[in-house]
Amino acid sequence: MNVSITINGTVYERDIEPRMLLVHFIREELGLTGTNIGCDTSQCGACTIHMDGRSLKSCTCLAVQADGREITTIEGLADGDNLHPMQEAFWDNHGLQCGYCTPGMIMASTAFLKDNPHPTEEEIRHALEGNFCRCTGYQNIVKSIKAASEKMGG
Amino acid sequence: MSMRPANFDYQRPTSLSEAIQLLANNDEAKALAGGHSLIPAMNQRLSTPEQLVDIGRLDELKGISTNNGTLSIGALSTHAQIAASSDVRTHCAALATATGLVGDPQVRNWGTLGGNLAHADPASDPPTVVLAAGGTLHLQGPNGTRSVSADNFFIDLFTTDLQPGELITRIEIPSLQGKKNAYVKLAHPASRYAIVGVCVVLEMNGNECVSARVAVGGATPKATRSPSAEERLTGSSLQVAAVDAAAEALVNDIAGDVMGDLFAPEDYRRAMAGVYLKRAVQAAMA
Repeated sequence: MNVSITINGTVYERDIEPRMLLVHFIREELGLTGTNIGCDTSQCGACTIHMDGRSLKSCTCLAVQADGREITTIEGLADGDNLHPMQEAFWDNHGLQCGYCTPGMIMASTAFLKDNPHPTEEEIRHALEGNFCRCTGYQNIVKSIKAASEKMGG
Repeated sequence: MSMRPANFDYQRPTSLSEAIQLLANNDEAKALAGGHSLIPAMNQRLSTPEQLVDIGRLDELKGISTNNGTLSIGALSTHAQIAASSDVRTHCAALATATGLVGDPQVRNWGTLGGNLAHADPASDPPTVVLAAGGTLHLQGPNGTRSVSADNFFIDLFTTDLQPGELITRIEIPSLQGKKNAYVKLAHPASRYAIVGVCVVLEMNGNECVSARVAVGGATPKATRSPSAEERLTGSSLQVAAVDAAAEALVNDIAGDVMGDLFAPEDYRRAMAGVYLKRAVQAAMA
């Protein structure tokens, strides 16, 4: 089936099998490997991207469902060499250890801040229920998101 | 190599009637809405439909409104939309709570109420609230439209009254404005599925509870009402003894049906059903 999907501002047209998952389209068709596959079972959130501005686990969506929609992946967040404030906050606050969950954490938290620009620590933790860090580095992840919210929203 | 669904034919009809026709013509076809129950099952090859009929873009199934005190929720409304809806907060606060507790934010962004109710996962939250709130499901199929009360819709584990080719089009809930209502949940710490979820709807006249609806989910194969707990609460002033008696009655009503697993055995779920009824009453009256 022919699909046309906008990813990080570029329109990609491909003829794909309907069973192709969006995460495979992103990683294998387009080579955008910043989006990680962690669990394959819709739990861990490593594959989180934005579709039409809302966070989505891209292992839980068929690429054909994304036809005509706008996707942002971790590669699309920075503005050239200038990191997104959330990326910077993860850097500054040691918000990652092995880094595997980080793209998903950053995509989940940037989508969350659009709904709630001034979250409490508890709200941040609730917002991360769909993202696992197996290094259990949650303290600094929460700290990073708090720092980014202060920087972005004032 | 990561998981992928088995092959299937994909159709994206542009109208509800076309979708129903496609589903009616193929016993092995499944409707795809948000896909947040179906796609995980397909990834694990627990579900291998021959055809997917993608209803996710049908505007006829979208939107939340109120008409003459009745809340009307299009089947494609996402959990996030419902949780954030001021109409839902006003007329069925317990549903706003429950949809805000489904899965995680990513799931709530794309999972739909219609898909959730049709899937009828026993560990899910919304069925318990739709049942306690006295909701009605509007269905459309090859033989036309019909409506089914939530009392008659949920039949068993993953089993509903939906007939082949039928879709849920919208869910109606009589306004609970003025009635006390709440949903509380003991969530599995990893999956966030309900180990036990309880919803109460209490009509008060001064200090007296003049009518009560109580439903429990998570612990039972389907969202289940507790007539005995409702009886204990009705006519009481919700004093500690009455609520304790209702909790005991609830546990007795569901005793034979409670399901357990390694994480949360039957006895534990039974005990928690009583505890969470008390918490639901407290939350409703708070």
